[in-house]
Parts: sequence; C-alpha cells; structure tokens
Amino acid sequence: MRLTLADLEVGDTAIIDSFDVEELPMKLIEMGCLPGNEVGLLQLAPYRDPLYLNISGAHLAIRRETAKRIFVQKKGE
Amino acid sequence: MSKHINVALIGNPNTGKSSVFNHLTGLNQKTGNYPGITVEKKQGVCRLPRGVKATVLDLPGTYSLNASSLDENVVIELLLNKNDKDFPDVAVVVSDVENLKRNLLLFTQIKDLNIPAILVINMSDRMRRKGIRIDTEMMEQMLHTKVALVSARKNEGMALLKEHIAAYKKISTKPCLSIDQIDPDYFGSLQQTFPNQSLYKLWMVITQDVNFARVERKRMEAQDGNHTRSTSFLKRLQQKETIKRYQFINQVLKACYVKDFQKATDLRGRLDRILTHKVWGFVIFFIILMSIFQALYDWSGVPMDFIDTSFAQLSDWVKTTLPSWLAPNLIAEGIIPGLGGIVIFVPQIAMLFFFISILEETGYMSRVVFITDRVMRRFGLSGKSVIPLISGTACAIPAIMATRNIENWKERLITILVTPFTTCSARLPVYLILIGLIIPNERILGANLQGLVLMIFYLLGFAMALLAAFVLHKIMPNNKASYFVIEMPNYRLPLLKNVVLTLIEKTKSFVLEAGKVILAISILLWVLASNGPGSTFKNAQEEVAKTVAVTDSGFEQQLSAYKLEHSYLGILGKGIEPVIRPLGYDWKIGIAIVSSFAAREVFVGTLATIYNVGDAEEVTIKNRMASETYADGSPVFTLASGLSLMVFYAFAMQCMSTLAIVRKETNSWRWPAIQLVVMTAIAYLGALATFQYFNL
Repeated sequence: MRLTLADLEVGDTAIIDSFDVEELPMKLIEMGCLPGNEVGLLQLAPYRDPLYLNISGAHLAIRRETAKRIFVQKKGE
Repeated sequence: MSKHINVALIGNPNTGKSSVFNHLTGLNQKTGNYPGITVEKKQGVCRLPRGVKATVLDLPGTYSLNASSLDENVVIELLLNKNDKDFPDVAVVVSDVENLKRNLLLFTQIKDLNIPAILVINMSDRMRRKGIRIDTEMMEQMLHTKVALVSARKNEGMALLKEHIAAYKKISTKPCLSIDQIDPDYFGSLQQTFPNQSLYKLWMVITQDVNFARVERKRMEAQDGNHTRSTSFLKRLQQKETIKRYQFINQVLKACYVKDFQKATDLRGRLDRILTHKVWGFVIFFIILMSIFQALYDWSGVPMDFIDTSFAQLSDWVKTTLPSWLAPNLIAEGIIPGLGGIVIFVPQIAMLFFFISILEETGYMSRVVFITDRVMRRFGLSGKSVIPLISGTACAIPAIMATRNIENWKERLITILVTPFTTCSARLPVYLILIGLIIPNERILGANLQGLVLMIFYLLGFAMALLAAFVLHKIMPNNKASYFVIEMPNYRLPLLKNVVLTLIEKTKSFVLEAGKVILAISILLWVLASNGPGSTFKNAQEEVAKTVAVTDSGFEQQLSAYKLEHSYLGILGKGIEPVIRPLGYDWKIGIAIVSSFAAREVFVGTLATIYNVGDAEEVTIKNRMASETYADGSPVFTLASGLSLMVFYAFAMQCMSTLAIVRKETNSWRWPAIQLVVMTAIAYLGALATFQYFNL
C-alpha cells in the first residue's frame, strides 16, 4: 500500500509524490498541489474529514476522498 | 482632452480586491447582472490623473483562467472576447503579499493573453510584521509590467496605482511564458492550423469546458478536429503548463522576494487550533450564532415597529387627503401596506448581512465550512450550506442568495430547495399569536411552556430541512464527481467600509427584486378583497344597515367584515373550506391562508379584519379568536386546530418573494413550482395528521 495524503496525522509533513491528473480538480493543481511540493497536515475536522493542508504556503481544505488520490512520501524516510 | 478607458479588476478571492475597487470608485458603483445569468456585475467610475476617466469592472474572484464555476467563467469569457463592450484596455491584477506565489499564477495567465496588466500587491501593511521585503523594480522587469504596492486597509499606494492605470499604454504586452515550450509538437501544429491567432488564446478556448467556449470550440472542431483531444491528454498538458508557470514564478520570487521567517508571527496557527478544534470549534460557532440571533431579534424590534407605524400613518394620511380620482383606497390599502411589507424586513436583512459579511471578512466563515462539511454531507449538503440554512431563520431570501459560492450544482440546488423550511421571521408573528392562544402560560421543570413550544417549532423547521435534503439527495441523480477545495484565508480585521457597502448593496437588491413581486401580489389581493360579484357586495352598505345602525360605532367594522365575506377573496376562502375542514379550520381561517400565500405575516392582519377588530392589537385579536365558535358552540381555536395551523405554517411555501428569488437563482420556474407543490402538500398532510391526532 502506498502512502497517501489521507494517511497523514496532524502535524505531519510530506512531499507530494504523484497522482493521476484526471482525478484531481484543476483548481487544486493550480493552488500548488504538484509533485515535489511539500505538504503539511494542519488540522482534521470531525470524522477526520475534510483535511486542512498547507501546500508549499497555500492554506486550503480538501475532502478525504480527494486526499486518498494523492500519493506522498513522508519527510525523512 | 478627456479620455475614457475600461479597466478590469481581476484577482484571487481573499486578496482584498473589493477593497481596492471600493477605494478606486468610492460610492460611484452600480451592480447588475451579467445577461442571462445570476452572476453579479459590479462597475464603478474612477477619475485618473491627466483627465482620464476609467470605468472599473470588478470581475468575480478567480484562482485561474480555467473556470470551475459560473462566476469564474465570466472572467475568461470577457478576456477572450475582444468585441465585448467591457473588454479591458488594461487589467489590474490584485494579489496578496502573503500569497504572492499562488496569486502570480493568474497574473501570468492574463499576461499571456497579451492584455496589458498591472500587478497590485495588496496588504503591504503586513510586510513588516511578516518580515517580507520586495524588490519591485526587479519584479517589474522580470514580469514586464508595472507593480503597485498598496494597502487598501490604510489607503496607501492608491495614487501610484491610478498613475499606472492612466499610463497603461506604456505597459508591455509581452507574455510571461511561451506556451509552445510545453509541447512543441502539439502547439506547433496548432499554430499551423490557425496561423493568425494567438497561441495561448487558442489553448484557452480548447481547454475551457463551459458555456461560451463551447460555441467557439465547435467552430474550431469544424475546422480542425486534431487538436481538441481527450480530456486526459489536455489535462496533462495543463498540469505541465502549471508546473512551468510555477517554475517561472519561483525564479521571479527568488530574485525579488525575501521573507524572514523569524519575524513571522503565527497568529493563524494559534487561532486555528481553537476555532477548528473538534469540540471548541463547534462550541464557539454556536456561541457566535446565538449572539447573532439575540442581536437580530433584540435590535430589529424598534426599527420594525417604527416602520410599521410610519406606514400605517402614511396610509391614513393618504386615505383622508388624496382626491378620489387618485384612487386613495388602492394606494392606502393596497400599495402602501404592500410596500410596508417589504420595508419591514429591511432592518433584519441589513443586520444579517452585516454579521455575515463580518464573518466572511475575518476569514472565520471558511473555518465553519471546514468543521461542518462532513456532517452536512450526510444530508447531500456541503459545509457551505450551513450559512444559508442559518440565515434562513431570519429570511429565506438573503439565505438563498448566499448559496452562490457552493460550486457543486446538486449541493447548491438542495440547499436552495430546503432553506424555506427553516423558521423565518415572518412565521414568528403567526406562532406567537397561536401559542398565546392555545398553550397555557405555565412552567414545566422550570421552563416556560410557551417558550418551549416556540423552540420546538424552530427545531422542527431545521429537522424538516435536513430530512428534505436527505430525501432529495437520495432521489436526485449524482452529477459528475464533485470537488471540494476551499481556501483557508488568513485572519483579518474586517474593514468597515467593505461591510457597509456589502450591506447596502444586498439590501438594495432585496428591496428591488422581491419588492416588485410583493407589490404586485398585494395589489392583486386588495382588488380581490375589495370587489365582489353581484348585488350582495355592491349593496353591502344597505345590508349591514339592516342589522346595525349606521350611526353605531361598530358599523364601520361590521361593514368591512361583511364586505370581506362577500368579496372574491371571501368566496375563495369559502370555496376551499371543504378542503381545509379536515385540518380543523373554518372559512375565515381559509381566507387568512389564501391571503398569506403571498407573505405569511399577512395572516394576523387578515384575521384582524375578518374578526372585525378595529386595530390589530394582539390582545384584542387574541380575545376575539378565543371566543370564536362554530354554529354548535364549540370553539374554533382548540389545541388541535391551533397546532395544526402552526404545523401548516411551518411547512407551507407561503412566500412569493422566496419563489421569485428561487426562480432567479435557478433560472427556471421548474424548481419554485416543485417547491410550492411539495411544500404545500407536506404542510397539508402534516396539519391533517396533527389535527386528527390531537382531536381524538
């Protein structure tokens, strides 16, 4: 199982690894969700959904179903 | 010599674009709609140096030129259409100093359309605190533009911006990125097919998938089917384009932007830890809500009473002063109360928008959306539906207008359809009089029983809204995968000027839009109530004189009651009596229901007229209602019929203005028609069940 954004815990940071461009909204990509960028999980709403992220300086929230489609690598691993 | 130019204000949401617009144009603003759609169009006039005058168009906030909503589509539609009368001579792109990287993406896209673009870096007052330094000269060179560092909050840098706009001809139209480097093969052959067109513009047309572009795109496909390939191919190219743009932006920022992280304070982090906390987040949200509603009811009473009495006085004055050829009765009994019925909601609507725009300006609203999204999704709604549903307790009209930022059409439509179930302020007078009549003023476990029943009816409204949403969610087809991406903006102190301007603009739009409908209906109702068929109505004076002496003080009241009974409206009320009998109502209540179809609050006033109580004072109507009996001597208003009536008012769609606004927001009569039929059916069945249950 590859690690996705949805597997992170609050406080974790990771590097965006890859995703299928068709499964993500263009808006998210344009806000900086691109392979190689750093992503931090700032907060989780109740039921761990949505996720409040910091993607290389951009603060935004996405739903878990979207986060599951973004593969990441934890920092320092 | 004076010159007139078109300026388009473009920018990401939350960059303070509206503040810049307000500073440029002051009160010289007008809002309308783009033809055919409900997107708001804001324009204003601005005087620039050297006698240049500019029409400034405040375009909807957008993150990029790849539109994902109707609002955003307006921007690209305008920028691709040179023949549009609003096509800008110069674009002013507003960015936020703390989110410059993301904001520059849009700037480079606009620049690549060969439109002269000025970069405004707003919120410069935060630079020192955040440890940011910017080399604007270097930035101007690298981006081939003019940069204005402004602070809309402190009104700094506006003169420089105006100077730049006036000198727009000096700005280079050189693009930032040559699009063909993304895929030389594809773009090379595209240029060959359309040699006279700008390559980036062609690319924009190909990748847009909404309205306008569709026409343009079909024309392209007719000429050449090769370049409009599969969406995955195009999306991959778009991603590549975005990566290239960020590479370019990073180069620029590396050369001219320094941020000293040691100086940065982490206010956002600290506030977020509380405001988006699993428990505290909700607690704080409910405290804020409670305070807003307390304020809404406490502060609106005085102005509402004032409006009520003023209109009543105006009405009296007209009746006694106007010459008969001006139809004083139509004006005094139809038009003025009709207008009063609109104006009476202004204090509450203005106040609600005041609070909502403060919550939005501070950035708190995004946190509410964040914490409630998951819960609301169970009901087919979105976190963004929370605000409309809550606003609905004041009035459904502004609430429905507030659904515009829900991107997903299904979630937005469900929100619009269920919002009228929430207990709006117009139901309150109906509830108050009926509760006073049928519920004893007693205490149960320390709580006031009447207050308890009122609260139950508020909760009933919310429960019905959620239930209806759930049912709609299950029966409506799922449209294509919905994406939920919201920006979590920085916390900011609200700007009073912005708040006040929003409030004025929204209130104006309510009065004008809903006003027309309420006015028309109230005139119609007046005509129906003051005319009747045959001689029974015409000879009312003589008929009443048979039982009451003309000189008697009660004569006028007897006369108006008699007239109402024999008017078209009265006949209508009697006509529906067989239908409403099982709910526990007589024909008089029938008239009140028919007349409050236009607006619920008419209920009490109509009953006052029917029971020929001279003035609409609550105590007197209540006493009169309490003593109202059927022919066999049993009372009309019992616990069963009273509760049944309240349930009817809780669920029925009795608000012309709401129907009009739903029609406007959904662009079709279909949805308001469904709302009317279904809600009335639910109300009927609910009232029937209530009456039959309590009447046992």
